[in-house]
Order: sequence, then C-alpha cells, then structure tokens
Amino acid sequence: MRSLWGILLAVAAAGVQAAVTDVTLDNGMRVIVQEDRRAPVMVSQVWYRAGSIDEFNGTTGVAHVLEHMMFKGTKDVPPGEFSRRIAAAGGRENAFTSRDHTAYFQQMQRDRLELSMQLEADRMANLVISDELFAREIQVVMEERRLRTDDQPQSVVYERLMATAYQTHPYRRPIIGWMDDLQNMTAQDARDWYVRWYAPNNATLVVAGDVKSDDVIALAKKHFGPIPARPLPLRKPQTEVEQLGGKRIVVKAPAKLPYLLMAWHAPRLGNWEQDREPYALQILAGVLSGNDSARLQKSLVKTSQVAVNASAGYDSVARGPGMFMIDATPATGKTVAELEKAIRAEIARIQKDGVSEAELARVKAQVIAADVYQRDSLFYQAMQLGEYVTAGLPPEALARRVDKLREVTAEEVRAAARKWLNDDRLSVAELAPQPIQKQARRAGVEGMRHVN
Amino acid sequence: MSIKHFLACLVLCLPFGAQAALAIQHWQTPQGAHVYFVESRSLPMLDLAVSFPAGSARDPAARPGLAQLTHGLLDQGAGGWSDTEIAHRLADVGAVLSGSFDRDRTGVSLRTLTSAREKTQALDVFMRVLQRPDFPQAVVQREKKRLIAGIREAEADPGTIAEKAFYRALYGTHPYAHDEAGEPDAITSFTRADLQSFYRTHYSAPNAVIALIGDVSRAEAEAIAARIADGLPAGKALAGLPAPVSGAARSERIDFPSAQSHVLVGTVGMARDDPDFFPLFVGNYVLGGGGFDSRLMREVRDRRGYAYSAYSYFLPMRKAGPFQLGLQTKAEQADDALGVAIETLRDFVAKGPSETELRQARDNLTGGFPLRIDSNRKILDYLSVIGFYRLPLDYLDTWVDKVNAVDVAGVKQAFARRLDPARLTTVVVGPGAR
Repeated sequence: MRSLWGILLAVAAAGVQAAVTDVTLDNGMRVIVQEDRRAPVMVSQVWYRAGSIDEFNGTTGVAHVLEHMMFKGTKDVPPGEFSRRIAAAGGRENAFTSRDHTAYFQQMQRDRLELSMQLEADRMANLVISDELFAREIQVVMEERRLRTDDQPQSVVYERLMATAYQTHPYRRPIIGWMDDLQNMTAQDARDWYVRWYAPNNATLVVAGDVKSDDVIALAKKHFGPIPARPLPLRKPQTEVEQLGGKRIVVKAPAKLPYLLMAWHAPRLGNWEQDREPYALQILAGVLSGNDSARLQKSLVKTSQVAVNASAGYDSVARGPGMFMIDATPATGKTVAELEKAIRAEIARIQKDGVSEAELARVKAQVIAADVYQRDSLFYQAMQLGEYVTAGLPPEALARRVDKLREVTAEEVRAAARKWLNDDRLSVAELAPQPIQKQARRAGVEGMRHVN
Repeated sequence: MSIKHFLACLVLCLPFGAQAALAIQHWQTPQGAHVYFVESRSLPMLDLAVSFPAGSARDPAARPGLAQLTHGLLDQGAGGWSDTEIAHRLADVGAVLSGSFDRDRTGVSLRTLTSAREKTQALDVFMRVLQRPDFPQAVVQREKKRLIAGIREAEADPGTIAEKAFYRALYGTHPYAHDEAGEPDAITSFTRADLQSFYRTHYSAPNAVIALIGDVSRAEAEAIAARIADGLPAGKALAGLPAPVSGAARSERIDFPSAQSHVLVGTVGMARDDPDFFPLFVGNYVLGGGGFDSRLMREVRDRRGYAYSAYSYFLPMRKAGPFQLGLQTKAEQADDALGVAIETLRDFVAKGPSETELRQARDNLTGGFPLRIDSNRKILDYLSVIGFYRLPLDYLDTWVDKVNAVDVAGVKQAFARRLDPARLTTVVVGPGAR
C-alpha cells in the first residue's frame, strides 16, 4: 500500500483558518506562504515584477524572450540542466509572461522544495545568455508567435484592438512582441533586461502546499538571502490619455466566420478597501455572461439567435488601466453590425433598468461557490496570490474579495454600467473574413519550396 | 524583516500530514451501472461524473455528429424545464455542470457545494438533465446551427485541419476516422427523433459509469448513484467497437495560407488494455512525452530552433488509439523539421532509450505521481477512466511499481511491435504543401 494521499484522514476541520504568511527578506525579496495539507505536494513560484508593461518600443517581447533564456543555463548549471534536475526529482515546471509580470514555477513533492529554491536563486543571479543559444531561441519565440497569434485570426483581432484602444499606455503592445522587434532583437537586449529587473527586491516567492511557513522562510533566507538588492529603474506612470471618442477598426484575415470584439476603458483595483467600481464591474460581467443563460447568452444566443456565442470579461487586478470587454461571433446570415446593435441594446437595458435582485444573488452565489472550488487547486491558489501581489495588492485583498463582491448593490452595477460602458471610451474591432486561398498570402516569404 | 500574518478564509486543512492510500470504493447498482467513490472530507464540495460509451465512434453510419449533438443538448431543456431554467437553477446555487466528449466516451459532470440547499437543488437539476432530456424542436434547430458554425470556424485553423486529416488517413473506414464534431451536411438532416433514439440506446444504466468524490458518506454516495441509475433508460450494454487495422504508409499534403506548416506523423498505436501500455508510456517520455526532457524537444527545438512545440504521445482508447508525433514550423523549413523528427523517431525505434534516459523517465513519472492525484478534480478523472475502461481497482496503487518495472529491452521490444517507421502516416498542412 502506497502512502501518498491523506484524503481519508483529512477530516474537515471547519472553522480552522489557515494563515497566509507574508514576509520580506532583508534584501527586499518578498516571501508568501499558503499552507495547505490536502496532498503531500507543493508549488513554488518566483514572480518578477517585470512584464511587457515595462518594455520600450523597439524591443517589445523582450520580457518573454528573457523568460525563454532563463532555461538556458548559468555559470554553474549548464543549458538544459535546470529542467533535467527538476524532472529527475519528479517535478513539473514552466514559466509564463504577462503584461505585468514574469513567473517561474515548479510543482513537486513537498520535500523537494529546496532543489527548486536552489535552482531559482542560481538563475536569479547567475544567468548566462550566450549569443549562440539566443540566436536559436529567438527562432523558437518567432514560431510561438506564428502559432499563437499570426495563424489565429481572433488573436490578431485582440492584438490589433489593444494597440488601438490604448493610445499611450504600454498595454498597447503585445506580450509576445511585434514580429519585427523579435527579428531585430539581440542577445544584449535580453541581458539588459535581465540586469535591469532580475533582482531579489523585484521578486516575490509564492509557495503553496504541504509545507511549514517557517521552513519555507528559512530556506528562502538560505538561498535567496545572499543575493544583494540592486537599485531598480524608476517606473514612470505612463497614464493612458483620456479617450475622446469611439474608435473602430477592421481586421481582414483568412477566416470562415466574422468576429466582434468591444473594449471599454475601465478602472483597475487600486485601493482595495475603498474602491467600489471594480467590484461592481466584475458583478456586471457575471450578469452579462456568468452562466449559460446570463443576459448575453439568453438574449443573443438563445432568443434572437443573432450570435453563436457571446461573452463578457473584466479583470480588475492589474498594474495598469483595465478594460471591460465583450466578444461575440455572429450566427450564419447575421452581420457584425446586427450583432453589435444587439449587444448595445443589452447594455442600454442595464443602464436604464438596472439588474434584478435575482440576477445579483445568482452572480454572488457563483462567486461564493467558486471560492470554495478554487481550493481544490493548489496551483490556482498560488497564482492568485502572485497576481495580487505583483499588481500591488496585499494578500488581504484576495482574502476579502468575496466579502467585497457580496457588498455590491444592484444600483452600483447600474451606475458602473452607465459610467464606464460609454461610447466615447469604446473601441470596436471587427474580423472581416477573407477567402482562404490556396496560395501563400505572405508576399514576403521568399525562396519557399513546394513540398511534393 | 517585517512579518505579517492574517487569515485566509475557509481553508479546511489539518495541522498534520495524514497518510493513507487512496481508497476507491466500487459497487454496481441493481440496474448495472458501475460506481466508483472516494470519500474526501477536506472541502465542503462534491464532484460527480457519469460516463457513457456515447462518443463519436458511436455515430451511426452516415450520421457523423449525432453523438456530439445529443450530448450537447442534454442540458438545453429537460423534464419540462427550459435551457434557461436549468442554467439559472444551477447558477443560483453556484453549481457547475460540465460535459466531456471524445471518440469513446461522453461525460456529464457536476460540481456542487455540499450544504443541504445547494446540494439538493444541484442534484435535482443533474438528474433531470441526465434522465429526462427533452430535445425541444426549436432548440435542436438552434444547436445544429451552432455546432455547424463551430465546425466552419475550425476549417480556418490549420491545426484542426491537420488533426482531422490525420485521423481520416489513419483510420480509413473505422469509426475513429471521422471528426468528433461530425459533418455539417449530416448534422443538417438530424431530427429530434434521431437524438431521442441515440440517447435511449447509449445513455442507459448498464452503460453508465458513475464516479463520485467529495464530502459525502458512503451511504449518501450509494443513494445518489442509485437515484442516477434508476432514472436512466434501461437498455442493454452496447456491443464493442471493431478493431482498427494499421494500414500502409500514407502521406497527405494540404495547401493552406498559414504562416506555419502543421506536421503530424503517426500510426495506429495502443488500446487502453494493451499489455504494452507501461513500456510504451514510459518509453514515449524519452521520445517526445517528457517536454523539455524529451529527444524530440531537444532535436527540433533546442538544437535547431525549428518549433515552439514538438511532442509525441500514445492516446490509449477502447480500441487502438493513435500514436502521434507533431510540430509546427514556418513553411519553408517544414521539410527539414519533418526530416529531423522522423530521424529521431527511427533512431529511437531502432536503438531504444539509453539506461540513463530511461532512469530519468522513471524518476520523473514516479516522483511526480503524487501530482497526478493532488486534487479532487484529478481523482475524479481517474475514477472515470478506471471505471470506463474497467481498469483494476488497484490501478493507482500499482502504477508506480509498474513504471519502475519498465526496462530498456521492454521499451525497445514494445516500440518495435507498435511502430514500423516504414508504415507511418504523414500529414502536412501549410502554404505550398501540395
């Protein structure tokens, strides 16, 4: 019998509340621990407060390129060795780059945390970026861009709409970077980025799982503690200029179905205790598309059948200014214009009549339940902590999130819809499908060989 | 050094590490449904999944898409409640109903809180959806259009085009050949009666596998399972699927105006009950299943920068599922990348893994085993697979030992039996591929 899982003996201790530990080491590195003993495993994540928001024109995508180079070896750990050692210990590992941050993670058995810390601390301080490995890896990143953006018409629409909706703020640039910038990126660009941002005082370690916070902190001191803090560049606010009227773009790409994406400027959660609107907008997104018969689905997909799908989204946890977004695909025979009109009518209805108490209660019930369900995933718990902290919000803001959402009133939802879903703050993108011709559409591809 | 402590709400956990095996309880209901249950009291929630052999391999001849449409319509009107009533009743108690669909298996699952009101209402909706789908005429028409729209949209995605062509080429006239979503022309012709008939035949109690994990007792799990089985069509167990035959080497090129070419290479692989399951699974870690730790990733991505992703896998199914190797690369180097991938595969089949590589594979898989069962969601999926494919109840208990028992000779022999490099099917979708 294998002794691996404590599920039968883990009798519910209702009312026992697990503390999140939040510590800052002497060198400025933050350490956050969420103890959770449901399974004998842990996840360890190192979050750097450096994402595409921190990039400059001409080197867009460098945050993500550096993420790739972080697996390419240090003074003591040769290329490929990081992944090999984690794998040998039974671990799963990867990394992700967003607009606000770059994060690296390992999921392993609980007693293997030290290996993960040792390797992460090493690459925080001792990364080697060789010209040769950079030259190969930048090709991989360009393939990633082709895969995830260039050949995905809806991704192209999103990318182009962000570049339109944001006029001055760096969120206008794609995380993966513009292809031209990737083609012209140098190993030195990646080194500069690493030197600028990869310091303990710009990093947060989040560990969740079957660990003791004291042990985690002791290990963090041992491995990350000796890395000296460095002065970080001054971050400029780069506030988005106020939009002075609606914007509209058309994206032509080979596709079968049209697609509509609408984005309104919206607030971010800044002062989590006093702000009300971000919570109201989140409830609004739930009223519009939080269940299979929420307003957009019921009205557009099921009743009028002007759309085959439609959804609303809003994320308030970010370092930069937010967007409230709605996307939808028109049904066969319906135009994007008809679809947009129907969406606008739904919004106008909420702005005029508000939302019902039943709808409000329904969205809140889902929020409360989701908060329990999330605890089934260790990784997700750690992700949320990391996102809050890198967005400048304390873990308390996450712990109190459900309470804050429960306080939202129907009138606040209506007021938020009136204030923020305003035509002058709106940018609209339409995908105009082009015939899929049986020939390459890119004139720039020279010397292409035909495969027989 | 500043330390702040504060409370996070409602994490229910113990202050000590409890140790026990994953105890799966299994029984059969009088109607013939198999039930798999794990009691897990650590969170106040219940996960429930019911699986049926009602995937696209069960589409009647000339009716590709009927299985998918039937599955998609279950919660779009049931027992007199409209789609909206169903969605609202679930959302009102924070319950989540979801479905899964592949060639072999369809699933309907429910996640609910276990507080009395929430659980009762969620289960009431679940029973109705599973046991009394109405397939309302107007909704059938609507959902046919939506399914077709989804198929049309995917026709612009080179990855999907490649995947469809791969299965067609590999499986020929076998029921695994056609796409899971079906064909628009056929879907247009389906009637309400077609759906009702497919439902009655395939969603019957003797075909059902019920999996449960969560904050309920054995007695309550028995009552829930009995209630599910009792309300399902009586019916009888379905006959098995025919065995697919590995064909000759085939190569298909589809011209498509994308930036990248999508390359798939493969052959008919193994069934879920294949005696070579572990040697193939562990061996494939070395070839292309181990991510950055695999030969394909090293040769295609690390050494040459050809692709973001390069992988291989065996998909074990009721009958032999595919072995698939895949990558995506810019069109002008597709041939070179394909050459490297095939050479990597040939070399692996000819020589097998080294002792060091195989040790690394075993270490990763066995050391990572606890991550496979670290959440209720993951355990629920295992319960469904164990039940649907009738794997032994101690499947998870013996898993690590079976991985550890795989040796170099075993991998080499198993790959030689399953993978003939001279009989591979190749599909390339991209610009200039013709």
